[in-house]
Amino acid sequence: MLNQVAVKNLSKFYQQRKLFTDVSLTVPDQSVLVVLGPNGAGKTTFLRILCGLTPATAGKVEITINGQILTPEERRAQLGLVTPELELYGELTAVENLEFFARVRELPFSRQQARELLEFVGLKGRGHDFVHTYSSGMKQRLKYAYALLHQPHILILDEPTTNLDEAGVALVDSVIRRQRERGIVIMATNEPEEVAYGDQTFTLG
Amino acid sequence: MIKPLRWVKQGLAIWRKDLQIEFRTRYTYSALVMFAVTTLVTVSFAIGGFTADVEITAALLWIILFFSAMAGLARTFVAEEETGTVTALKMAAQPEPVYLGKYLFNVTILCSLALLVVPLFIMLLNISIVLPLAFCAVVLLGTLGLAGASTILAAIVSKAGAKNSLLTVLAFPVLLPLLITAISATRAALGGGLAAEVRSHLLTLFFYNGVAVVASLLLFEYVWNE
Repeated sequence: MLNQVAVKNLSKFYQQRKLFTDVSLTVPDQSVLVVLGPNGAGKTTFLRILCGLTPATAGKVEITINGQILTPEERRAQLGLVTPELELYGELTAVENLEFFARVRELPFSRQQARELLEFVGLKGRGHDFVHTYSSGMKQRLKYAYALLHQPHILILDEPTTNLDEAGVALVDSVIRRQRERGIVIMATNEPEEVAYGDQTFTLG
Repeated sequence: MIKPLRWVKQGLAIWRKDLQIEFRTRYTYSALVMFAVTTLVTVSFAIGGFTADVEITAALLWIILFFSAMAGLARTFVAEEETGTVTALKMAAQPEPVYLGKYLFNVTILCSLALLVVPLFIMLLNISIVLPLAFCAVVLLGTLGLAGASTILAAIVSKAGAKNSLLTVLAFPVLLPLLITAISATRAALGGGLAAEVRSHLLTLFFYNGVAVVASLLLFEYVWNE
């Protein structure tokens, strides 16, 4: 496969506590994987391992783009993450946050692009407000702008509609549909409406 | 673009972001300045109108700079961990530029602290400097060394429970060679020691800085990804 995420015999233990063992699956291009499971089953940990944020106890994750298995360094450019534990800088404005992450990722990024991205996530006119003044729903929308900033091939979403209103849920719907056309979506959720996006589902625990 | 240049470019972006936040919150700088000025004033009152011996003044200067650094520098990483921004940063940046950015930020903070504290220290304690250029070089290299070693230690401490208080305990053995050398060099610069003696201390400080930064760059990935 030219583009895919392959999870091979993945296991995670916290000291003696088993979270999951021997998980193997493949997510092909232009598809959505939904990870299900009760609270504490290890959904967030599973997503963190995919992102390289948490080491696995055993097994590995291979991300292939254009037929090449990516190194951990190359993965950063291809992964976008939205998760409740991720926060952006409250003492910076939304535009400053986006400019900072664009600089760190060495992307050419203009104020115009920032405006367009913020308009897309429903934060038009609020780009120059400090993030600490945002409501939790607005912060969630900004996380989508952060995750889509570098147009990643793989979008990883943990509880994607947390804190979002109806318009926010519609935004997530359009993000997932768009991303499915151009790459891969992996999300952890237990919401029936979100489970319906899955081309395949996998249950932990 | 070759890797070290990319690290510097990304590191500068992180440095700029940290400075921008610091200008708005003044959290780190306030902690450092308040500690330094309070200690300095206390010392100057304790000494009174007397002129202290160079051995004592040299040690006092580095005690003030060391504990001031410990009072605020842990914040660089602790804030990222506590606010949850560490995940966003890890997803976007490689570990080495993060170290470089945080190191440059700590250098900026400590150098500006030294610029404020050292003239005050000279004035309040009525010190005359025999070798001013050597004295400036010692302060600069000592400050850079403090920042270099404290940055990676702050990253280690940010993963632990006790955080701020732990930095002083962890940093003391690592910074002891730097502090002893800086105190000896300051004593020589204040008291008019031999040029060769000052030069050898400056060289030691220079190499300490090199080792601190290179070792930190090599080890930082393991600390950052833990």
